[in-house]
Amino acid sequence: MSNDTVGRTLLVAFLLCIVCSVFVSAAAVGLRDQQKANQAAEIKRNILTAAGYADQLAAGEPINTLFARIDARLVDLETGEYVEQDPATYNARKAAKDSKLGLKIPAELDQAGIKRRARLSPVYLVKKEDAISRIILPVHGKGLWSTMYGFIALNADTQTVASLSFYEHGETPGLGGEIDNPRWRASWVGKTWADEAGTPIIDVVKGQVNPADPKAGSQIDGLSGATLTANGVEYTMRYWAGEHGFGPYLAKIRGQK
Amino acid sequence: MSRFKEVLFRPIFDENPIALQILGICSALAVTTKMDTVITMSLAVIFVCTFANGAVSLIRKEVPPSIRIIVQMTIIATLVILVDQFLKAFAYEISKQLSVFVGLIITNCIVLGRAEGFAMKNPVGWSLLDGFGNGLGYSFILIVVGVFRELFGSGTLFGVPLMKSVTEGGWYPTNGLMLLAPSAFFIIGGIIWAIRAWKPEQVEED
Repeated sequence: MSNDTVGRTLLVAFLLCIVCSVFVSAAAVGLRDQQKANQAAEIKRNILTAAGYADQLAAGEPINTLFARIDARLVDLETGEYVEQDPATYNARKAAKDSKLGLKIPAELDQAGIKRRARLSPVYLVKKEDAISRIILPVHGKGLWSTMYGFIALNADTQTVASLSFYEHGETPGLGGEIDNPRWRASWVGKTWADEAGTPIIDVVKGQVNPADPKAGSQIDGLSGATLTANGVEYTMRYWAGEHGFGPYLAKIRGQK
Repeated sequence: MSRFKEVLFRPIFDENPIALQILGICSALAVTTKMDTVITMSLAVIFVCTFANGAVSLIRKEVPPSIRIIVQMTIIATLVILVDQFLKAFAYEISKQLSVFVGLIITNCIVLGRAEGFAMKNPVGWSLLDGFGNGLGYSFILIVVGVFRELFGSGTLFGVPLMKSVTEGGWYPTNGLMLLAPSAFFIIGGIIWAIRAWKPEQVEED
């Protein structure tokens, strides 16, 4: 009997799809918890690296012990006030989609291209003898293909960058993916994020920063072949540094001094 | 030589999928800067190639010829997703480094080439063996390329420093070219030359 009849073809294709999808869904569901745990640990690892604990992590100190040293808080972005709620159980991505917990960003303010954001955002404070030494803020925004999720760590002056890292993005490896490049990330350290009034001034330029330029202190080298991703990073920073982002919160911190 | 040895070992030197058939070059360039990723990628391809061959061979008499390529691709894609999910759960760091290249095993011509060229015509046992052998042949080239690139590019093997690089206060000025994709072309070219000098019957007629 010939195999090549329409009915036979449909039957084989149908059965094959059933068998394959059983395998794929079994793997996806069965391994989900483990994968989630990995992602959560990865986020903590990123926060710890932003907090300046990279050496301790490399030395093999357990993530949770180190993480306990960081003061995680939730902030109402509009007022800049802390909110008494457990940040460990708060999911900002879910909250952004919720009609009460999230809000729509007005189009003219939406530089990061994220459309909605959560009302509350976690912040992570590194303290030295009770004084804040670093403030780690979660940021995200559109790159070329994907939403890039990362952390920016600011020094106690709330103006200069202590570290930048992205823990999740889908930019082209080798081009936009170079936002993960340690050398490029290191070029952010010490740059001025926002001026004294809190206005965002960070600028990713095309090509290389001219050190003689008076603005060089707030400029970052562009990524060759990845102008759109690099612009996305700049707009993301500008949104989160601005009035609609962490601006009010950072102003509060400056006011406390 | 018995058929067993022939099916298993021919793909390593005599009919190497990369060196003779020039298949699967893309991933051989992409993942060979470090031995960790080389070994993971090799195991992944051995797994996918073996079981894709086995599964295709198992249903080879039932598959209508008109949709056989799609059937093969579906099986391969399923296996690759399994590998990808597994890596994300148990080898998260490495899966991040391999990023898209695990998914790209789906389009690795070696896997489809063996499924179509061998498994469609041979019984399950031989097909499994052929898939395994071709996976080994692929891994062999990847490992050689990986050793050269990591050793001369970073002065390390499996991340263990063997030649201390200048940037870390040692004596070895690392060869940056080795970390870039073109170096893999040079090394694979060198391997092909060496194998063909040893086995001149592989040299193609002009």
